[in-house]
Formats: sequence, structure tokens, C-alpha cells
Amino acid sequence: MASVAPTVEFDLDQISLRELNQFLHHDLGSGDHVEITHPNGRHSIAVGIDADVDVQIRGHAGYYVAAMNKRAHVTVHGNVGWGVAENIMSGVVRVKGNASASAASSGRGGLVIIEGDAASRCGISMKGCDIVVGGNVGHVSGFMGQLGRLVVCGDAGAGLGDSLYEAVIYVRGQIASLGADAREEPLSKSDISALVELLDQAGFAHEPSEFKRIASSRTLYHWNAAHLGSYG
Amino acid sequence: MCGIVGLLVKRAELRVRLGEWATPMFVCMADRGLDSGGMAVFGSAQAGTRRMSLFVGDRQYDWQRFLESFRRAFSTDSAEILGVENHGILITSVAPPRVKTWLAEFDSALLVLSVGRSMDIFKDQGTAREISRRYRFAELTGTHCVGHTRMATESAVTPAHSHPFTAGEDFCLVHNGSLSNPYMLCRMLEKQGVHFDTDNDTEAACRFIEWRLREGDSLNLAIERAFEELDGFYTLLMATTDAMTLVRDAFACKPAVVAETDDYVAVSSEFRSMAHLPGVAEAKIFEPQPETIYSWRV
Repeated sequence: MASVAPTVEFDLDQISLRELNQFLHHDLGSGDHVEITHPNGRHSIAVGIDADVDVQIRGHAGYYVAAMNKRAHVTVHGNVGWGVAENIMSGVVRVKGNASASAASSGRGGLVIIEGDAASRCGISMKGCDIVVGGNVGHVSGFMGQLGRLVVCGDAGAGLGDSLYEAVIYVRGQIASLGADAREEPLSKSDISALVELLDQAGFAHEPSEFKRIASSRTLYHWNAAHLGSYG
Repeated sequence: MCGIVGLLVKRAELRVRLGEWATPMFVCMADRGLDSGGMAVFGSAQAGTRRMSLFVGDRQYDWQRFLESFRRAFSTDSAEILGVENHGILITSVAPPRVKTWLAEFDSALLVLSVGRSMDIFKDQGTAREISRRYRFAELTGTHCVGHTRMATESAVTPAHSHPFTAGEDFCLVHNGSLSNPYMLCRMLEKQGVHFDTDNDTEAACRFIEWRLREGDSLNLAIERAFEELDGFYTLLMATTDAMTLVRDAFACKPAVVAETDDYVAVSSEFRSMAHLPGVAEAKIFEPQPETIYSWRV
């Protein structure tokens, strides 16, 4: 593959996933724009990129698409399987459709936008990334979130924010139930600013004051068996 | 890990393509399970007869000799056998209990995989590619089918431990996941007179639901009871003569994705196994919610 052309096209029905990912890891030229066609739900597409590159995936992707992403902007024009942008470090991953379980799990930085719904465990163990979901999230989303912001424009499933550390969750719709140690808190000015910034980046025109703030009540930081009955 | 697939063809004129569409789904999901594979397929019932799917270890089994012996034993000319290597489908009007008694005496190596009026089951150890080639899955026709690729995490790897499991007639079930209380279910069911063929956890779930059906529950009620009784992780795909039914456990721990068009409903562990289906780009695609019953009628 030529590495100097501004637009490089990969048809995954014609070349192997390994060739694609090796190109993305080793052969990118500056300013490259990469188009990927016929993803057909394959796993591990465009994982581990560490470059300022724009990647467009035209169709549905499988598990771990754009996992471990650094700096790159990856857009999936379809749905994605489990673990999209897992462990994202920086950059932007946008999903135009729905995401399966564990979207942006363990993400340390960057922004993940799911325009549709995200399934269960969205943002599980997030460690500093931002996530904006245009639709709903499934159960136990934000579980053990340590740092970062999860914005849900729709509804949240059961057990939201269970065992939260310092990640903050904003929900515009209904919350089926909060998880252990998660609580609703009043929106501050800095929350409004954060929501304005994140909704603007994601391209969603919602009123920030419509969101609820969910954060840790910090009673599980020092877990005590004698207080078992008071948790959750 | 295991893979599950299912396909229900809505339009009668497309039912000749059931196997052609379902086989690549089955073969693709071998990535999730290489130990064993199997498929149950439903077609139209023939009045007054039952179909018995038979398995034997010998790949050169003499099914013609089997048929001649069967016809002699029951003084009948009407029985038929559809034999391919180590698998045969016996079509007969003789009552199943009489056939089973005769089979045990005739050749104890024969295993009855299923009994029904509209269902055939194929399963064996080996890869999905080899199993689908041997039993010509691509040529299968019918209303719907469910398949499974197994990576065993409990109980032995044998043809009998492979999926689909069946109990009673025209009911089958495939499972991705693992149950933690199968022996408790077995003990409870054995007291109700239910007989088990294996120590597989999925067989416990299959026989529990079929037992509830025999007790008069609707399939939905039987599944509601299963939600209360089954402890563990499961995506279960079930089929009866007139429906295909899908459920996931309370944590939706194991994957499932559904693609529906005007022509078909496809279910799989992973979307990539459905990417070849015609019109899938425009299909309604969704993941089933936990503890929610999804059922599609033929």
C-alpha cells in the first residue's frame, strides 16, 4: 500500500485485517485519511492506532473496534460489537449506530460518542475518558468508574454507577435504578460547563439543565463488613 | 464460549434457501466453539409418521441393512431411512417407545438424537465446517433451524453432550453460557420421573422447560419459571414446530444479536456471522434485553 496518498482505501473483503492494522501502525503518512469498507462485523478493526489520522469505517464493526486508540479520529458508520474503544487513551471514536456491551471500558482519555444506544456496562471501569451516548445505556453502566464523564442523553438501565469512584455520570432521561454507593447530586456550574462542552463536541442539542448528576457517595471507599446493611 | 445461530424464514417461497443462508452462520461461529457442532431443522410434518434422528459412531454405517431389519421386525413396508454416513433419519408410523425398545436390542451403538413430527437433529464432535459438509447443511430446507458450536467448559466432549439438546418431541434448545445448579435441577426432575441422557448443564435446562410444557405451562410461563430456577449465565435459543424463541440471563452475560427483515429473522452470537445474509444492511438489528422473551412464529 502506498503511504503517501491522502486517502487510502481498504476493502476488508479483499485484504486481511492484519494488513490493515499493520498499515495503521507502521505505514501511515502525514495527513492520511483512511476509508475502510466491508467491515462486516469483523473484530479488532483499527485497534491500537497511535497517529493523527482520520479513519472512516463504512458499515457494522465487531468487537474492540478502535480499542487502545491514541490521537486518531475513528468513525464507524454502523453498529459496533463489545468493547468499542476499549482502553482509549486519546482521540475521538464516534459510532453512528448502536454499541454493544462495555463501550469505552477502562478508557483513560479521549472522547467516545455513541449516537444510538449503548448496551450494558457502558464505561465500565472508565479511568479518565469522556463518553457521550445519544440514546440509552444498559444495566450496570459506569460500574467502578474511576475518572471521566459519562453523558447519557436517553435512559439508563438498572444499577447505574454501581461502586463508582470519581467518574461522574449525567443522565437526561429515566434511571431504572442506581447501583450501590451511587447518588444523585445537584448540578453545579462546572457540571453545566462540562455538559455544554461535551454535548457540543458530540453534536447533541440538549439543554444541560435537563440532566441529573450521578456521583459516588464515597461510603464504599473504606468498606466495612459491620456496615453491610447500609450499602446500596 | 460457544456460538449459537438461528434462522427463521418467513416467506414460504424462500424456505428452500434455509440451509444455504444458515450454513455460513454456523461455520462462522465455529470460531467460538471447535469441539462439536449441531443443527436442528424444522420442516413440514407428514401425517401419521414420526421422524427419529439416529447417530452412530461408525461413519460407514449400513443404513440399508438397518432399514431392512426394521421393516422385517415391524412387518412394515412404509418406513424410510435418510442415511448419511453416521447419521440416519428414520421416518415411521411405529410408535416411538416400540422403536426405542427395538433399537436398543438391534444395535446398542445407536443413539436417538431426537423424536418428532417436524424436527431433525444433526450433531457430532468436530468442526462446524466438517459437520456441515458431511450432513449437507447447505441443502437443508424448512421453516427454521437452530445451530450450536461448542467449546466445552463443563462435562465431556461427546456427540451426546453436543447441542442442540431435545426433550419430548419437536422441542430443542441451544445454550451459550454455563449453569451453576444443573445437578440440583436434575435431582428435582428425576424425582418427577424425568430421565437424563448426559450430565450436561444444558440438558438440565432443556428438560426443565420441556417438563413444564408437559405440566401444562405455555412456553412463556415455562421460561418465566426457568428465570427463577436456572442459576448461571445463559443465552438460550429454543425452537418448536411453530416458533423460535430467544432469552438471555438477568445480566445479559453472553452475547446475542438479532437481524430481522421481511424475509427472515436471524439470531447469532455475533453479527459477523450474519453479514452475508441478503438485505442485512437494511435489517432491523438489535440486541435482546436481559430476562425478556423474544419469540417469532413460523
